[in-house]
Amino acid sequence: MTQAPGVHIKGSAGFVAVSLFRNLDVTVGAGEWTCLLGVSGVGKSTILRLIAGLETGAVFDGSIETSDGASLDGRVAYMAQQDLLLPWATVLENVCLGARLRGERVDHARAKALIEDVGLTAHVAKKPHALSGGQRQRAALARTLMEGGQVILLDEPFSALDARTRADMQELAFRLLGGRTVLLVTHDPAEAARLGHRIVIMTEAGVATVAPPALAPPRPLDDAGYLAAQAALLQRLRVPA
Amino acid sequence: MKLLGGLFAAGLAVLVWQAIVTLTDAPRFILPSPALVLETWFANRALLAEHTLVTGLEIVLGLLIGAGLGVITALSLAASNFARLTIRPMLVFTQALPVFALAPILTLWLGFGLGSKIAMAVLIIYFPVTSAFFDGLMRTPKGYLDLAETMGASPARILWKVRVPAALPALGSGLRLAAVYAPIGAVIGEWVGASRGLGYLMLLANGRAKTDLMFAALFTLGLLSILLYVVVNRVTLYALERHTPGQ
Repeated sequence: MTQAPGVHIKGSAGFVAVSLFRNLDVTVGAGEWTCLLGVSGVGKSTILRLIAGLETGAVFDGSIETSDGASLDGRVAYMAQQDLLLPWATVLENVCLGARLRGERVDHARAKALIEDVGLTAHVAKKPHALSGGQRQRAALARTLMEGGQVILLDEPFSALDARTRADMQELAFRLLGGRTVLLVTHDPAEAARLGHRIVIMTEAGVATVAPPALAPPRPLDDAGYLAAQAALLQRLRVPA
Repeated sequence: MKLLGGLFAAGLAVLVWQAIVTLTDAPRFILPSPALVLETWFANRALLAEHTLVTGLEIVLGLLIGAGLGVITALSLAASNFARLTIRPMLVFTQALPVFALAPILTLWLGFGLGSKIAMAVLIIYFPVTSAFFDGLMRTPKGYLDLAETMGASPARILWKVRVPAALPALGSGLRLAAVYAPIGAVIGEWVGASRGLGYLMLLANGRAKTDLMFAALFTLGLLSILLYVVVNRVTLYALERHTPGQ
């Protein structure tokens, strides 16, 4: 596997009359999990969409650079809050979607191995409606892994899950995405404190990097450092602009 | 339960109809009694069957051709900005014309045979199918399109593998609507000029004051339309459930 690059984004974005963010300067560390924490509507998903090369509706004035200088084209995989599984396709077909959409030969053996990694082997021929929310998100994770992208963009992928499933999914994703450059956009201080090698907090006042807890992620749920960081992050989110 | 409800409604309608005949003492060439219509229907079953076959063929062919053209048009509109700019205004304009007004012209061009009736049914079906399918194609959930874009898919593959399957429920609605409209088109075509078909038989019976036969033809047409709708409805719903379960 080639080394995953870091991503550096800086600049400003806004709509015709409204500024979304100014003087942004975020570094997504190579091979690390960077958690971008912020309340709803602060523009964090816009940053993720800018890196993904997706339409944002905002005007962006700035630059997106990689640590190896190469373009991000074809090296990005994207996972959203909705699982975005195609309801008419089976788990296997959904996991192989990228290759099918590019007209490439589908590596079924690899897809099945990834489906086994996320624990869905028994559900490989099922369509999404027959899966639980957690299973659907695991299928989406397998589809993201199948893409083989070195830069993984996660847009609140665990926020719709119940607490237990969310904790399980966080650990599973962390394990399976090891070594890749991950940008996780979240509004949950606990998630950022648990998973981030690097934590960036985004409020109306601007963007700041926060020191992560001392333990390496994913931090145990009863770790004092994690709990303190979670409380501190929530307090910073609540400070009025 | 639904069938029972339908039978009850039909029974009630027949009762009201009979009551009107009895109370007003209407002559049989104005309003024949239900019993007389049933009797005529049975006595003329071979004649009715023959004309039903013609109208049925017109409707089914019209439905197939109209739906096919509608699907092709919707796909071209969805695939190309140029098509949207050029074909769409034409579509809207053709809908502004009352399609019924075209029936005499179609008969003039295509003759008294099947052609003009099928063309009429096609014209009447074409727009609802095009419009429903095109709407569906333009309303693909944005998340699917974002995902496909990050996966590096070409617009053609996105259309074929994401937008078309996502639009199938909308196409199903269009087809169900078409099944309701198709008989109207065929019968209007027959009214303007034909030598066969239930619409022709109705006109003929009316002209000869055989109101009972006219009613018998009308009910046959009604049954044919309901049968067509039920079949199309069942088939589309079954196919959709197989394709995209749980929606």
